[in-house]
Amino acid sequence: MSKFKNKKDNALPAVNTASLPDIVFMLLFSFMVVTVMREDTLLIENRLPQADQVEKLEKKYPISYIYAGKPAKGYEKFGNEARLQLNDKFMDISDIRAFINAERAAIAREELVDFLTISLKVDKEANMGIVGDIKKELREANALKINYTVGTGSALDN
Amino acid sequence: MAKRSAPEVNAGSMADIAFLLLIFFLVTTTIPKDSGINRKLPPMEPPNDDEVVIKQKNIFTVLINGKDQLLVEDELMELKDLRKAAIEFLDNGGGTDAQGNKCDYCKGKRDPSSSDHPDKAIISLKNERETSYAQYISVQNELVAAYNDLRNRRALEIGARRGFSDMDFVLMEKNYKDTKFNGNKEKLKEVIDQIRKEYPEKLSEVQ
Repeated sequence: MSKFKNKKDNALPAVNTASLPDIVFMLLFSFMVVTVMREDTLLIENRLPQADQVEKLEKKYPISYIYAGKPAKGYEKFGNEARLQLNDKFMDISDIRAFINAERAAIAREELVDFLTISLKVDKEANMGIVGDIKKELREANALKINYTVGTGSALDN
Repeated sequence: MAKRSAPEVNAGSMADIAFLLLIFFLVTTTIPKDSGINRKLPPMEPPNDDEVVIKQKNIFTVLINGKDQLLVEDELMELKDLRKAAIEFLDNGGGTDAQGNKCDYCKGKRDPSSSDHPDKAIISLKNERETSYAQYISVQNELVAAYNDLRNRRALEIGARRGFSDMDFVLMEKNYKDTKFNGNKEKLKEVIDQIRKEYPEKLSEVQ
């Protein structure tokens, strides 16, 4: 009977954790890849107003962002009034048309050009003057699909 | 000199380091989900556009002045009352639509001095340059909510007969866009289109 060892004497072998770092690294990389950094550096204050009847902005269609608001801390030399920001720069209202055309040209798939949505991210302190001007320029540029991007919350608290 | 073999690096703490990084990214990642109110701007009209005559009773005027006060149908109103007033106006059904049909799904007061039919009822929104954006969004939100409330009510009424029970309009639209929805999408689209036709969103902004 000496051929057969008594197995009960042996302690449970330790679980091999050599592949644990690999698994964790895989997870880590997936998160690093998925993480989206903000596309534009904001030069303005941008606290969005709140609303509750919102629809999601569909990522499958191209989206361009237009920001407006009071210049943020450190940019006071640009004044106290709400300003327009396109890409990473302060711009004038009249630059919107060129911006829209550039955004349209940048869309890789031609059939999606008509689906370009303009997301307006306007600070809640801004007044409607600048928004009205933006809307007028967008109409002239024939970019008619817009989205007033807001935070979710009760509109009565604004 | 005696040849020494290089000592093996202890990789036992590698998992801990990787975990630390992982947790850091987990915590800092915010998957941005932009949402907002979709609007379609009117195209630039040709200059020789004919004036369309719309009866005054079919127009619901909302004016936001520079001090963020609301003037609805020439009367001051609080924001919280706007939704109810808009619903009453849209759902009035006092007359007939362009084809002469009565609004048989309206539940309003059928007041002859208010709107004829949801198909004819127009909400006109006007703001001044000094109006704050926050107030403007709130008003837009309440008006969209008025339409959504009416459409939700209608969806619950007709949805059950068409095989979509307990589904309001907002949910229907969400399901229609959802690729994982496993119901009959064509039928759903029909219901959505019908409700959209019954309560069309006619919101015009005065420039």
